[in-house]
Order: sequence, then structure tokens, then C-alpha cells
Amino acid sequence: MKRIEAVNDFVVKFANVNGSGSASANELFARSILRMGVPVSPRNIFPSNIQGLPTWYEVRVSERGWLGRRGGIDMMVAMNPQTWDQDLAEIEPGGYLFYDSTKPMPKSAFRDDITVIGMPATAICNATYDDARQRQLFKNIMVLGALAVLLDVDPAVIESLFGEQYRGKERLLESNIRALHAGCSFARDQLMPPHGSEVGLKVRRADRVGNRIFIEGNAATALGCVYGGATVCAWYPITPSSSVAEAFDKYCRQFRVDPDTGENKFAIVQAEDEIASIGIITGAGWNGARAFTCTSGPGISLMTEFIGLAYFAEIPLTIIDVQRGGPSTGMPTRTQQADLIASAYASHGDTKHVLLLPHDPAECFEHAAVALDLADRLQTPVFVMSDLDIGMNQRLCEPLQWDDSRRYDRGKVMTAAELESGKEFGRYKDVDGDGVPWRTLPGTHPTLGAYFTRGTTRDAYARYSESGKDYTYNVERLLQKFATAAEIVPQPVLKAADRKTRLGAIYFGSTSPAMDEALEGLAGADIHLDALRLRAFPFPESVRDFIEEHDQVFVVEQNRDAQMRTLLVNELEIDPAKLIRVLHFDGTPITARYISGAITKFVHTLAVAPRREKIA
Amino acid sequence: MTYIARPRLHHPTLVRNKVGYTRRDYEGKISTLCAGCGHDSISAAIVQACWELDIEPHRVAKLSGIGCSSKTPDYFLGASHGFNTVHGRMPSVLTGANLANRDLLYLGVSGDGDSASIGLGQFAHAMRRGVRMVYIVENNGVYGLTKGQFSATADRGSKSKKGVVNADAPVDLIGMALQLGATYVARGFSGDKAQLVPLIEGAIGHGGAAFIDVISPCVAFNNHAGSTRSYDYVREHNDAVNRIDFIDLAPEVTAEPGAGEVITVPQPDGTMMRLRKLHTDYDPTDRVRAMDHVQAHQARGEIVTGLLYVDSHATDLHEGLNTVKRPLNALTEADLCPGAAALAKVNASLR
Repeated sequence: MKRIEAVNDFVVKFANVNGSGSASANELFARSILRMGVPVSPRNIFPSNIQGLPTWYEVRVSERGWLGRRGGIDMMVAMNPQTWDQDLAEIEPGGYLFYDSTKPMPKSAFRDDITVIGMPATAICNATYDDARQRQLFKNIMVLGALAVLLDVDPAVIESLFGEQYRGKERLLESNIRALHAGCSFARDQLMPPHGSEVGLKVRRADRVGNRIFIEGNAATALGCVYGGATVCAWYPITPSSSVAEAFDKYCRQFRVDPDTGENKFAIVQAEDEIASIGIITGAGWNGARAFTCTSGPGISLMTEFIGLAYFAEIPLTIIDVQRGGPSTGMPTRTQQADLIASAYASHGDTKHVLLLPHDPAECFEHAAVALDLADRLQTPVFVMSDLDIGMNQRLCEPLQWDDSRRYDRGKVMTAAELESGKEFGRYKDVDGDGVPWRTLPGTHPTLGAYFTRGTTRDAYARYSESGKDYTYNVERLLQKFATAAEIVPQPVLKAADRKTRLGAIYFGSTSPAMDEALEGLAGADIHLDALRLRAFPFPESVRDFIEEHDQVFVVEQNRDAQMRTLLVNELEIDPAKLIRVLHFDGTPITARYISGAITKFVHTLAVAPRREKIA
Repeated sequence: MTYIARPRLHHPTLVRNKVGYTRRDYEGKISTLCAGCGHDSISAAIVQACWELDIEPHRVAKLSGIGCSSKTPDYFLGASHGFNTVHGRMPSVLTGANLANRDLLYLGVSGDGDSASIGLGQFAHAMRRGVRMVYIVENNGVYGLTKGQFSATADRGSKSKKGVVNADAPVDLIGMALQLGATYVARGFSGDKAQLVPLIEGAIGHGGAAFIDVISPCVAFNNHAGSTRSYDYVREHNDAVNRIDFIDLAPEVTAEPGAGEVITVPQPDGTMMRLRKLHTDYDPTDRVRAMDHVQAHQARGEIVTGLLYVDSHATDLHEGLNTVKRPLNALTEADLCPGAAALAKVNASLR
């Protein structure tokens, strides 16, 4: 058997039982490696359950900094008998199995092409602790200590993390350190040679993390809403978006409480459902407050009627959609990018909406703040299309940035003074040529600027109308506004191949880290692609140009129906034959291996060999 | 309805209120409802109440759902911003508007189709949250715009214009409002403006969620024999528990009340609401007894009207959320954005 040997480049997966307290120990494992300067990307794979069902935590260690899911497991920490067979099968040949050997297992329960490391963790804990909860929690810490020794993770780093976590709680700190040391000692004495086998996976200190931060996308989104000036949040709990509202609440309590009066400069309402949530932010947006809701696909379905109203009546609002597997209840705890069409064209009648497509937590922060600006500027719903993979996993990303000279763009709101000065006010009149009309807020002026908002047709002065001319003026102006949107939304990011190529790739959102890695791997195999990362819908002209400049363009996305490709074909009238689907939709995050495999297969099968420039 | 535009000019002798407006300044566009529609009387009552209370029209935001009743905000308070939202969803939009600017007066107008069917959930949750508003349901027991179907408030056994008998039990919005925690609950009748105007005035001055169910006969589809929402039926079965006058607003009513005793209820704006009891044993400050009384009388086929319940110490959603006194929509970057230095600290905690 050839053991896998790798330094700073491997995948460890923890198989646990939900509710057993494993999450914090697992996070410590990931953080300690980060503190050693080696990038990691952990992913929670969890059930729609509170207690008892299997849950996994997959940590990719990559000195190169690849943060996408890799696929394949080099070491399985199998702590859940329920999933033993499945967990064992996932280990790469030559890989490692770490398990709780308290209960003897028949030889047939193992594989002979892997290295097996058994630690009687439960037995040790039962001998050491009386309290059942302590036995459970400290077992996780002991295992962490043993793994640290086996993988060369510096236990001192874990201790310093404990120190930060339990500052001021000396007893907890001390007992955790004791459990950690017990695990370390056991591994040194019993699991390492000569008693045990050498583990070929090692962590070595590096300097590849820099000043990057480690944060969940949902927390970053919430901070973006705080910085972007949102004052009203209405929401209804739904996985995987609930932590956006919860983090918004947390950060508002930190930053938005008036120090003199103790009063809140924010209002958060947990509404009775998603319909009321969007109703509340529609009312708030109409009345001039920056407002958002956070939800997932099923919520978008419920909200569509209001989205149509806000589009047609031109009301600013921001919707954070943390996407999960659909349709219907779908896979509530798995990831997908499958709400694109439902969001882009939400509601009956002719509608089009602005979507922003963040690819990591830093961009979640930025896009949330930008969405609030765009909603006010364009007077329309703006979606931030995050997903579970970004939203609910801690991800290494650039520090969040804010320029103190930045001002909120409140859009075209006519003031009492402007009304007074005789400036003409036509609520639905395009006076600036950008399709965006002016609005007034309720209560502005005693006699000027009041208007009636409605979802029915009206003329440019907001008067009820059933005239076809008034209707077409209005909906064509909305198209003009959408064209304006394409110019001011976050623009796509081009990643050019290092040589000229006729192949292109379009990708967006959480596919980004896997795509970066795939591009490098493909280039190594002499398949070169220019890659365009979309950051918003509607598409600016540069997207059309990119597609036109290439013979074939792969559209890489995480849904079954190639929804982004559909939007590209539909909005830019691209010949569908030109856009090749690369689709991943089993609920796990897409991997570089998957992307490279699909693209390589296409290139080879159809012999669309990349043409190289002749060297003169 | 009339197609003749009202002249814009006001008669010079029209009385101006303390904020300088005449009654005409509170009017809106010409109604497009049927002649004799009870809803138009309610609009007129709103106009009168706002004028009498010296409310500046532009400090009112009027919101509605969908249906005949929900069209009416276009027909009063023309200088106020209005929002005709989606069916049954006025309460949530009003809640959000109220959160954005607590300084305005929020007037929600809905109907029985809008509030008792699709909107029942939102009706309930707006009440239990204590959104400060005047929520008026113009209740005619029938769908007018779609021509005569029963609504969910139609009484069991009542007959449609086509002769169909309603087999379903009615949704009792008053009973629900009382149970859900509304702090001002009243029922009026569009045919009795003298009773209705003070009920609206009391609601405007109230400090929490105020709900008024106004029985408002539909002359086109629900004003026939066999209906329990016709003018004749409501007049015959109207059982008013009390009458409201504002002491400071109605100095001319100085004579002793005809029946029962007088109680005064303080309002958050400093005024005192004077309540003339018509049922001596009725105590409108006792929620449980109010529910009991209303249910018992309804069971006898009576339509109990008047101020059914009031909590003069009501609080509202803003108090529950402890929001700042300044409207949220007036807060600026300086109030809202923690700034780059704070963000640097957040970043540092995430390494």
C-alpha cells in the first residue's frame, strides 16, 4: 500500500453526530492550521435536523490557497457509527482512517488499502470524566489533541485559541487545555511509531494567509447591510439565510445603539412569513428607509407578487437570497445556484430584476452595501444572490473594506425645497433620460409632491390610467432603467489566459474558488481559457463582447437547467450552440476536478483543440 | 358615482381649522364607487375627522389593499401620499412604512374580502404587534368588484342577491382584534356618521393598534332582503354600547348625556375622550368583558357598535423595538455607518 504523503495539501473530513458538540472542536482544528499560516477551507455538511443525524465537517488544507472543495478524502475522522460504511468508502486509496476504537470492530469493517488509527476516545473520557456532557465535549478536544500530534499541528497554537475563546473563564480554559494535552500524550505514546503508524499528512508553518480574514458569508452580508445603512430588516427564518438576520441583529446591537439614550437606530421584525417580510420592507422602502429581507428559494417563490409590485411601482428594496437546493423544499441544507431565473424574472407580467452575484464573504459585504445603494438609485428590487456554500461556511477572504468618504446614494428623492422652487414633479416621468424617475417621500410638503402609489397602470404623473399609451410609456421606461442598471451594477472580472485562446468560460458566485483552481490545472494540461466572472445581472456589453470574442464559451454553474446560460441567451440573444453547459447540481459545492473533467472531456471529444498562436 | 368634477375653488366662507385648512382640503379625487355606496360615507367621515383634529393632510400616509374599499384612499386626503398595495397585504406594508417614519399618521383602509380572507394572517399579526395605525375595514360582506360573491364576513344563513344562502360561518374581525391584542377596537356603521366620526377621531389619537370595523352596505350587491349587511337590516339591529365625544373638540355638546353615565378616557396626545354610555353595564376598558358582551349580543343577531375596547396606556411596535425617536428614514451616514476604524477591529477579530 502506498500511503498518501502530503504537506499542507490534503483533505480531512470529520464525521460526527449532529448536536454532539463537535462543531467547535472542528472549527478549532481549521483555525489552528490557519494560524500556522496555511490556508484552509472548511465546509459544513449538515442535515435538516437539530440532534442525532449525521453531520460532517470537511477541511481542505491548501498551501497554494485553493479554497474550493477538492473532492476525495485523505483522512476520515470517523466518529459516527451510523455513517461508517459511507465514510470509509470515501477515503482515497492510501489514505487514513482515524476512529474511536473503544468498541472493537471486526477486521471486515476496515479496508486494507488505508492506514487505520484507532483511539479509544470514549473509554478514555469515561475514565476521566463523570459528567455525561463533559465526556462528550472533552472527547472532541482529546481527538483534536491527538490529530494535532499526528498531523504536526502545533498544540500551542490551539492553546492560544483556547485562551482567546475562554478569556476570563479560567476554569473552562484549564479543563480544555487538560483534555487537549491528554489527547496529545495519548497520540505520542500510543499512536505514533513504534506503536502506531506514521501519518503522511503534515502541516508545516507557512506564510500564506496574510491579513486575510475568516468569516461566514452571511455574517459579512449582515455587516454590509449595517455599513450600507439598512435600518429596517424584516425576515422569516429559513435555512440557510437565518444567520444573516441574526448577525444583523448582533452587529446592530454592537454599532447602532444610541449611546446616550440606549435607543436603537434599527428595526428588525421577525415577520409571520416571507410575504409579510417583503411587505414590510416594501412599506419601509416606499417611505424612504433602507430596508432588506433575507431568505432562500422557497421565500423568493412566496415573495414574487410583492416583487412585481415593487418593480412596477418602483420601490427600492434589497433581497438577500442565500440559495439552497430546490425546487420546493428541495435540499434545505445543501447548496445550489438555482434561483437565478426565479429571481431575475420574478412575478407575473413582464419583469426583470437586478441580481448581484458575490463570490466570497468580502464580496457579500460589498454587494450588500452596493445593493442598498442600487435599490435607491434605481428604485427597484435588488437581489444579492449568495448561496449556502458561501453563506454558512467560514471562508478565507480579503479584509472587509470601507472608505469613510463614501456616501450613501439615496437616489432621486425630491426635497421640499426643490418642490417649492417649482421643479416639475412627475412620479413616473423620465426627465433625465436614464429611465429613473424622481420620487417624493410621504410627509415632505403640505401641498406639493403627494402622489398615489399603486400596482395598476398610471400615467407619468401617477394618475390612474387604463390607456395603452400610458402603459407602454411606463414599461418601456422600465426597460430603459434596466439598461441603466447594466452600466452601474458591479462589472464582470476578466481573468485572461496567459496566451491567446478561442475558448472562454463564464462563471459566478461560489463557483469562483473551484474555477480558479480548475483554470490553473487546465492550463497545465494545455487547455487555456479566458474566464469572465459575472458579478451582476443585467449583463453589461462587456459580457456580449467576451462571448463574441470566443468560439466556444463554457458556462459553469450549479444548477440542472443552465439558468445563467438561459439568461445569457435570452438577454443577449447569443446563439445557444456557442455556450457549453458545465453543470453541477448534487447539492455539494462544485469542485475544480469536476470543472476540469467536464471541460477536458469536451475539448477532447469534439477535438476543439486550443489553437496556439504560431511563434514567428 | 358622478362624472362631474368638483370645482377646485373653495367658498370663501368655508371654515378653516387651526392648521389653516378647510374641509375641502381633505378631499380627494371624485369617487368612482356606486352612488349610495357606504364606503363613500366612510371617506367623508375620515375627511371630517382629520379636519376636526387639525391634522395636516400631508402628515397622513394612507394605505390599502385591493378591492372597492381599497380604492377609496384615492377619494380622500388628496394631499397625502397613498399606497394601494396588493390584496390582503396592506398591514405589512403599513408596518414597514410606520417603521421607516414614526412621525406620520398611518391610515389603513381595507375591506372584508381583503382583510378576512387572503389578508387574515397579516391583519392578525399587525394587531398583535401593536402597529400604531388606524385600521378601518369597510365591511359589506360581499365582493363588489367581482360582482357579488360572498365574503368571509358574510353571516351564515344570509342570502346573496342571486338567492344563494351562505353556509359558512363568518370571520369575526372584532372578536379577533380583541383576542389578538388590538388596543382600540370599535365598530361603526357607514349610515351613522355622527357615531363614526368620533370613533375615527378616537382611533387617530390612540397610541397603538386601532381597529374599526365599519359595516358599510353594498348598494349594488348586498342591500336586499335576506342580507344581514343591508342598510335596513343594520339600522334595525344596531345596538350601540356608547357614544364618543371629544370634550375639547365638541364644546357645543354641553347638555347632560341622555342615557347612562359618562366616562373620560385619556389619549396620548393629551386630549380626553368623553364616552357616553348607552349600556350602563358596559365597560370598554375591560377586554375580556368586551369580548363576552360582543359575542353574546352577536349570538342574538345584534350588531354591536360603538367603542368596544380601549386601552389608554397602549404601547406600540416602536416602543417594543426601542427605536430612536427620530424617524429611521431621516438617519444619515453619521448615525448609521460604524466607519472604517470599527471595521478594522472587526477584521482583526476574524483572524
